[in-house]
Amino acid sequence: MKSITDILKSRNLLSIYLTAGFPTVERTIEILTEIEDYGVDFVELGMPFSDPLADGETIQQSSVTAIRNGMTLANYFEVLKIVRERTDLPIVYMGYLNQIMQYGAEAFCKKCNELDIQNLIIPDLPIEVYEKEYKQLYKKYGLLMSFLITPTTPEERIRKIEALTTGFIYVVSSSSITGKKRKITKKQQRHYEKIRAMNLSKPTMIGFGIYDKETYEFACRYANGAIIGSEFIRYVAKENAAQFLTSLKS
Amino acid sequence: MSFTTDQNGYYGNYGGAYIPEMLHQNIQQLQNNYEKIIKMSSFQEAYRKLLNDYAGRPSPLYFATRLSDKYGCKIYLKREDLNHTGSHKINNTLGQILVAKQMGKKRIIAETGAGQHGVATATVCALMDLECVVYMGALDVKRQAPNVARMKMLGAKVITANSGSQTLKDATNEAIRDWINNPEDTYYLIGSVVGPHPYPDMVAHFQSIISEELQQQLIKKEGIKNPHRILACIGGGSNAAGIYYHYLKNKKVQLIAAEAAGKGIDSGESAATSILGRDGIIHGSKTLLMQTSDGQITEPYSISAGLDYPGIGPMHAHLIKEKRLDVYPITDIEALEAAMELTSLEGIIPALESAHALGILPKLEIEKDEIIVISLSGRGDKDMEAYQKYFKYAKKHPHEDLEKSFLFVP
Repeated sequence: MKSITDILKSRNLLSIYLTAGFPTVERTIEILTEIEDYGVDFVELGMPFSDPLADGETIQQSSVTAIRNGMTLANYFEVLKIVRERTDLPIVYMGYLNQIMQYGAEAFCKKCNELDIQNLIIPDLPIEVYEKEYKQLYKKYGLLMSFLITPTTPEERIRKIEALTTGFIYVVSSSSITGKKRKITKKQQRHYEKIRAMNLSKPTMIGFGIYDKETYEFACRYANGAIIGSEFIRYVAKENAAQFLTSLKS
Repeated sequence: MSFTTDQNGYYGNYGGAYIPEMLHQNIQQLQNNYEKIIKMSSFQEAYRKLLNDYAGRPSPLYFATRLSDKYGCKIYLKREDLNHTGSHKINNTLGQILVAKQMGKKRIIAETGAGQHGVATATVCALMDLECVVYMGALDVKRQAPNVARMKMLGAKVITANSGSQTLKDATNEAIRDWINNPEDTYYLIGSVVGPHPYPDMVAHFQSIISEELQQQLIKKEGIKNPHRILACIGGGSNAAGIYYHYLKNKKVQLIAAEAAGKGIDSGESAATSILGRDGIIHGSKTLLMQTSDGQITEPYSISAGLDYPGIGPMHAHLIKEKRLDVYPITDIEALEAAMELTSLEGIIPALESAHALGILPKLEIEKDEIIVISLSGRGDKDMEAYQKYFKYAKKHPHEDLEKSFLFVP
């Protein structure tokens, strides 16, 4: 099995986000099986949630479809079981805290461990609660944790997040929810430069608002790589995701 | 036992701030400042002055003679419906708008269900000359049209939330997303005792003026500070939090809440969170929540837009767990009948939300000379369309059919 920690030592990494069960459960399995051939280094597989606060319309809509397709956390793990027989692509779990609570935190960790999910992103789990309630548990099951930082996160807090990060630091590109397509701004560049200048001891991945070759390559100059979510989902919906991925590295 | 928040914003096991990192700075700024601001004498002076001269406080404590006769006890109505803008919501918006101003914010966003909080927010924004954006579910925009018109006249921009059940939950999601997109100049003015810490505590504090007045008014009218029972409706629970507040530690006073049972607890169409909910996280707070076994938040239903919410404030979740609060599920029909009863006996048309609190009365075993206070949280002007439909329907159908009926769609 490929170790995500090893992968995160490289640069120009390409990660994509996909909502599990979108557009269908079968298609999710196919995409995960084939995606490495298109230069994707690892995937964030999203567990759809009814009320995803940090997400824009594209991911919201894909979540509605996925839930309608019967995606539950139990089915999510079933999908992974099938995928694991076909590929050792590193997969990051991304999902909101409520579902983990309902599944049972320890049962969830056990399953992740079994299916070789090495890394978690839980956007509504603040570091303070993580430290108090989840850190020991995740450690026990060898699960790495990635946290978000944003343009409004002060330096002192970034250092705290750096210390707690066991996976990578998810650098949110601008103050926004997911899926906003904008030209690269001066403000954004300053934000990237600030993060790079901090010389963080943990790998960094830039995400939110990465949607084409230009925004991807620009982000790669400042971090280990970039994550594409909403735009990838838009292309999956249009059935030309392969073409999109190829265009990024052409 | 404590019924207020600890330093991390928890009521017992409930509350806290489960927010994405994008909101951390905003929430922390508010956490660090709200208590300080509220304690400033200049703040207190401005707030009290607005409550009295602008909102029309104290709100009357009205002895409802004919209603009392009917139930064989003494029933008082705390008339929050007589406040400026027509509900208790103005108590909170006046407080928070002063906090927002003190923090130098330029743009105000809010969510609204019945539109009462939206109107109260648009009102204080007009008063303070601040930009105002209100998120409202598409279904609520339709069923509370008069309030939409009021918000617009007051200069607010009303944005329709089309996701999910198109009600209060979804309006709140959209407001939170707006805040993520506009972290610097924008203040999120939450309308109920929900959301991440410090909102539940802050909103409860601003609404506590209700029970503060109630204590003094009861002494004047009855020579005692404590009623036997206090009745209020709960969606998120802000009017209930306000009227319970100064009685929380006084166990001699029984606290009772009405939650929306919609078409019946087992109908699959209700918002009866205390019965159907389990611990979970909604809108940044750990609380009781209606959800599937897999942790997806359930679409609620109630005839009352203000109670149509799948969660409940963390303070109330804690009160329920500690058995300090008794909750009665009240169906649409029971609420409509209670509204009719109050209207015909006292000449007061209540809001559909408040009608749920009145709907508790027939379910209680009441002793003579008992003193019951009911929070009449809002007036019914906004609900005339639903009331008219109901009367038309009720005329054609016998009562027994009505109780069971799924045909009546407001």
